[in-house]
Amino acid sequence: MKVLMFGWEFPPYISGGLGTACYGLSKQLAKKNVGITFVLPRIKGESQLQAAHDIRIIDGHNYLCEEIEEFRKKTSFFEKEISVNSPLRPYISYETYKEYLEKVKKFEKDSVLKMVHSYHGNFSIDFSGDYGEDLLSEVGRFAMIGRYLSQKEDFDVIHAHDWMTFLAGVEAKNQSKKPLIVHVHATEIDRCGEHGNQEIFNLEKYGMEKADKIIAVSNRTKDIIVQHYRINPNKVYVVHNGVDMEDTCYYDRNTRPFKDDKIVLYLGRITMQKGPDYFLEAANLVLQRIQNVRFVMAGSGDMTRKLIERMATLRIADRFHFTGFLGKSDREKLFAMSDLYIMPSVSEPFGITPLEAMRYNIPVIISKQSGVAELLTNVLKVDFWDVHRLASTIINILEKPQLKNSLTENNWEILKKMDWGIAAQKVLQIYQECVLAA
Amino acid sequence: MSVSVCFYFQVHQPFRLRKSYNFFSIGPDHFYEDDQVNRGIMLKIAEKCYLPTNQLMLDLIKRYNGAFRISYSISGVILEQFQLYAPKVLDSFKALVDTGCVELINETYYHSLCFLKSKDEFKEQVFAHKNAIKRIFGVDCTTFRNTELIYNNELASEVEKLGYKTILAEGIERILGWRSPNFVYYPVSAPKLKLLLKNYRLSDDIAFRFSNRGWHEFPLTAEKYANWVHAVAGNGEVIGLFMDYETFGEHQWADTGIFNFLNALPEKILAHPDYRFQTPSEVAGNYSPVGPIDSVHYVSWADIDRDLSAWLGNPMQDSALEMAYALEGPVKNSNDPNLIHTWRKLLTSDHYYYVCTKWFNDGDVHKYFNPYDNPYDAYMVYINVLNDLKLTLKQRGIVC
Repeated sequence: MKVLMFGWEFPPYISGGLGTACYGLSKQLAKKNVGITFVLPRIKGESQLQAAHDIRIIDGHNYLCEEIEEFRKKTSFFEKEISVNSPLRPYISYETYKEYLEKVKKFEKDSVLKMVHSYHGNFSIDFSGDYGEDLLSEVGRFAMIGRYLSQKEDFDVIHAHDWMTFLAGVEAKNQSKKPLIVHVHATEIDRCGEHGNQEIFNLEKYGMEKADKIIAVSNRTKDIIVQHYRINPNKVYVVHNGVDMEDTCYYDRNTRPFKDDKIVLYLGRITMQKGPDYFLEAANLVLQRIQNVRFVMAGSGDMTRKLIERMATLRIADRFHFTGFLGKSDREKLFAMSDLYIMPSVSEPFGITPLEAMRYNIPVIISKQSGVAELLTNVLKVDFWDVHRLASTIINILEKPQLKNSLTENNWEILKKMDWGIAAQKVLQIYQECVLAA
Repeated sequence: MSVSVCFYFQVHQPFRLRKSYNFFSIGPDHFYEDDQVNRGIMLKIAEKCYLPTNQLMLDLIKRYNGAFRISYSISGVILEQFQLYAPKVLDSFKALVDTGCVELINETYYHSLCFLKSKDEFKEQVFAHKNAIKRIFGVDCTTFRNTELIYNNELASEVEKLGYKTILAEGIERILGWRSPNFVYYPVSAPKLKLLLKNYRLSDDIAFRFSNRGWHEFPLTAEKYANWVHAVAGNGEVIGLFMDYETFGEHQWADTGIFNFLNALPEKILAHPDYRFQTPSEVAGNYSPVGPIDSVHYVSWADIDRDLSAWLGNPMQDSALEMAYALEGPVKNSNDPNLIHTWRKLLTSDHYYYVCTKWFNDGDVHKYFNPYDNPYDAYMVYINVLNDLKLTLKQRGIVC
């Protein structure tokens, strides 16, 4: 089985679940002898760009360019990897695209360091300086590249992850007449509720309609696809995400700097969709009741500044910490340091981070508005908007060790079922059905 | 009737914190300051400003045989940095003071906002500065100016109680009303104190507008400027030209001609027989106050607002200030001079200046030697450091 996959970012630069899912899934597919030609939008010297310009509070890890290339070589399991020079990146919006494009252009102008881009037989397509003026024209340009690649490459199915690559998938399908699978990790409905961008919504719908089969990351997402995008439920398959157990790090909790304090963690993009403001308000309520607790908000995003100001206004700066965007090792360390993980998402198609937290045997609270809630029976679920309920649940867990124990005792059993191998098996089956039908 | 031109220069640089001080640093890492950055900035300013300007000032003092006279306030934290990174600069200041034509002015050692939060701490920092100036330069100061010319009635009376004879403030309409800044006044709350005001138009012509090509008076020559200064004759007695010392060579680079301007200025000003240069205490001794100044609210020389809004007013600045000063008791209870010194260096006003969001979208003076990309970064680093200090105190069994 050969697949032309339009995917996203790779470790150690991962800005969210989309990158994590692409990585976890394709790694397991490769183990099942699926030959993947992986197409990845990427700016030359992106690592330097990130280090130099990324909108972060505090630098996570500044990896050297060579380190990253080394890491990628070691971890690459693709038959072929094609880097398309494009400023498309996950979670970019209309506004942030323009900002990022400016930075990219400036970076490319200033950059004296020329990176060698082809390694072990992979190649990159350089259309630099020619980027789309706005996000949608860049998506269109990327689609043309998709069409071009589909003539050159040899594959049986096309697999496109999330809306920015859907058009490329459709163009590749039109050109090659091979079946197209679109993988929906999030929709405009999740990101913006009913007030999303109509053009993006239309693009998503177009991709879903043209696709032979659709993979949704949860039943929740399938429902959205069927109800909001009016797609025939028979072509929508649910494949839940998994969690990579290998990443779990060892951390000696005795070396924790805040020995007397419990740590409650939020880890994710700081955007409306993820509900970080509810976490902050709940933290404030908790701190009015109990003292020996610290709240940590890890990540970056367009709401960061607003939340920092809110935190300052509430005068809880001695109990509430922002870490900024974190690299992989700091993420793992932070999970290990924590006593409770909260995912208060307003709308979460899946939500891998609670699973990542569970690897460290810590209890989690998730919002009812998340896809992963379908799978987890031993976690506490609250409505994202119910900050009083969230606050009292936090206090309950922190103050009652027996509750904590009962919440975590089956963690390993549950996680075993959340293997990327299982997800990859289902995806492979979908590939096979597509090929048979074609 | 003679007119005195009174030059006063602020010489100060903070101990900047490490931009990389993040959440994971809290606990294991007690090194807050970025020695490399501070050293780099100090060497750069020393080369571009302090050394060449001090040399020029020394030449001018010698050339005019004592007729050219100036004053400085050199903060304690910059004195420490001179000792650490640029001892030559300190030597050149000593040479200037030794001419007898230079007056040194007292301020809070840490160039802090402590008067706003703690009168005890204020006194301690003033004494610390007084002692440092005495120790290093062998002189006693009789003139005081608070951080960034932050001033009000209450401050004046506190300063009077500390034994000072003269105080400096911003000559802004808010406190002057219809009156001219070009006279000696006295604070309504401290009648024995002489109050010297900054002539902000003439001061800012040099400090901010000198190299501005969009300014209709560009280019500014010493002759033209001297004419403006001479125009005061007959309706003023003293002209307070107060500015950052970094104006020379740093805010205005050498290639703008600022040094040539300064070099030519004394001759042009002294060409008028009624004009002379005097230091603040000399001015205070020579002129009687013409009236009281009533300043209930704080004024300062910062930004166009000339109030406290450069350092305080947004929730980040306010919460940072509260959190820092809440540690005063616990830090002092530690009886650890190093810890107290570390805490006090965090009180330096620049840390709050970096968190200002007023014109954060435009380039402005808040960017001078500002290590941060934005006020939010500055706030997070500062708060992280305070959290580590708090943890240290807690580990020593001190409640805070």
